[in-house]
Amino acid sequence: MSMIAPLKTLLQHELRLYARQRSAWINPLCFFLMVVAMFPIGVSPQSDLLKEIAPGIIWVSALLSTLLAAEHLFKQDLDDGFLEQMLVSSTPLFLVVLVKVFSHWLVSGLTLTLLSPLLALMLFLDVEQTKTLFITLLMGTPVLSLVSSIGAALTVGIRRGGVLISLIVLPLYVPVLIFATGAIQAVGEGYSASGQLALMGAMLALSVTLAPFATAVALRISVSQQ
Amino acid sequence: MRNRPKPMLRTAALSCCRDDRRLLDRLSVTFEAGKAYQLEGPNGSGKTTLIRILAGLFTDFEGELFWYDRLLKAALWDELRAHLLYIGHAPAVKLALTPLENLQTYLELSAGPARCTPMEALGKVGLRGYEDLSCYQLSAGQKRRVALARLYLESAPLWLLDEPFTAIDRKGVEQLECLLASHVHEGGTVIVTTHHALQLSCPLQKVQLGREASRRAVSQSDEVIDRCL
Repeated sequence: MSMIAPLKTLLQHELRLYARQRSAWINPLCFFLMVVAMFPIGVSPQSDLLKEIAPGIIWVSALLSTLLAAEHLFKQDLDDGFLEQMLVSSTPLFLVVLVKVFSHWLVSGLTLTLLSPLLALMLFLDVEQTKTLFITLLMGTPVLSLVSSIGAALTVGIRRGGVLISLIVLPLYVPVLIFATGAIQAVGEGYSASGQLALMGAMLALSVTLAPFATAVALRISVSQQ
Repeated sequence: MRNRPKPMLRTAALSCCRDDRRLLDRLSVTFEAGKAYQLEGPNGSGKTTLIRILAGLFTDFEGELFWYDRLLKAALWDELRAHLLYIGHAPAVKLALTPLENLQTYLELSAGPARCTPMEALGKVGLRGYEDLSCYQLSAGQKRRVALARLYLESAPLWLLDEPFTAIDRKGVEQLECLLASHVHEGGTVIVTTHHALQLSCPLQKVQLGREASRRAVSQSDEVIDRCL
C-alpha cells in the first residue's frame, strides 16, 4: 500500500537525525546508567539489600530517563517548522506520531533495555530476575514512550514545559512501575510473574492503540496555539 | 466571454481574534483555481494567520471555509492536504541532514507524483554542488532555497507560501516569480504573502487585510507583465 513507503522514509529520516544528533539520546542514557551506578555507592554494597531494591532502582531510573528524553520529542520539529509540514501532509498524523515514537523508543527505550542485564548483574539480581527485568523493560518502555509523547505534544508550545510534562506524565507511569517491579519481585520470591506481565501487555496494547491519536490531537492544538 | 474557473477555496465571514485583537473581521474571499493571490497588509494584520487557517494549522476562528463549494470538515481536510504545498515562515529544513536528504523526505511524504528528481530540483534553485553538505553549513538564503526546491519537485496544485522571498537574492526572486507564474499558467493556484511588489506574468489578485481594509472587497489588478515569457 502507498501508506507504507512514506512511513519507511520517515523512520529512516528520524533515525538519520538521531545518528547525527547523538546528544539528544545519549544524555538520557548516560543519566540512566549513572543513577543506577550511584546506588551501591550511596546506599550499601551489600548484595541482599541491593538485590531487594534493584527492580525499583532500575525502573525508577528508566522512568526518569524516558521523561528526560521525552521533552525533546517534538521540540525541534516545532522550532524548525517540520511539525507544521507533518500536520499539512496527507499522511495520517497518528501514523506519523507512531513512527516518531517508535524511532524515539529504538534509541531510548530499546538501548536502555539492552543495557539492563549489565546493571542487573551489578545489583546482584539472579538470572530469572534479570530475564524478567529485561522482559518488563521491553514491554514497559514503549508504554512510557507512548504516554510521554502525549505530554510532550501538549507542552511542546510552552517555553519551559519541562516541569509540566513531568506532572502530566508521571502519574500515568505509576501503573507500569507497579506491575514491572511487582513482576521482578514475584520471580525473586519464586512465584510466576505471568499475571503482572499480562497486565503490562494490556497496557502496551492500550497505549499503542490510543496514545498516537491523543498525541496527534494534542499536536494540532499546540501548533494552532503558536 | 471568458470561462470562469471553479472557486477552489472560499472563506465565508471569517473572523479571528488573537490576544483580544481582532485580526480578521468577517473576511470573505474566493480563491479560484488557476490564479495567483497576494495577501497584503501591514505587519500584524493577519496574513500569516489567514495562510495558517487555509492550511488547517490554525483552528481557533469563526466563519466557514469551503473547498470546491463543499464545507471544509474533517474528511475534506484530508482531500485539501493532498492538494496542498505549504511553506511557512520557518523553512522546515532539517539542519543535520543534507539538502538532498531533506528533499527526499518531502518527496516521499507528498501525495502526488514527482515532477523531477530531487537532484534536478536542487539544480534549479542553484544548489548543485551543495547537495551533500549538511544544511548547517548553508546560508539563510540557501536554506530557504532548499525549502523552495519543493516547488519544483512536488505536484500539488495549491501553493500556500508565507513570505517565500525572505533572504532570497534578487535573481532568485525573479526566478521564483517566473515559477509562480508558470504554475498558474499550468492551472495551479498560488496564495502568497509578501511585502515585495510581485511582478508576475499572470493576473495577480490582491487581498487586502488589516483594519481599514477588512470590509473592502478584493481589489483586482490584472496587469500582465511578460517578463518571463
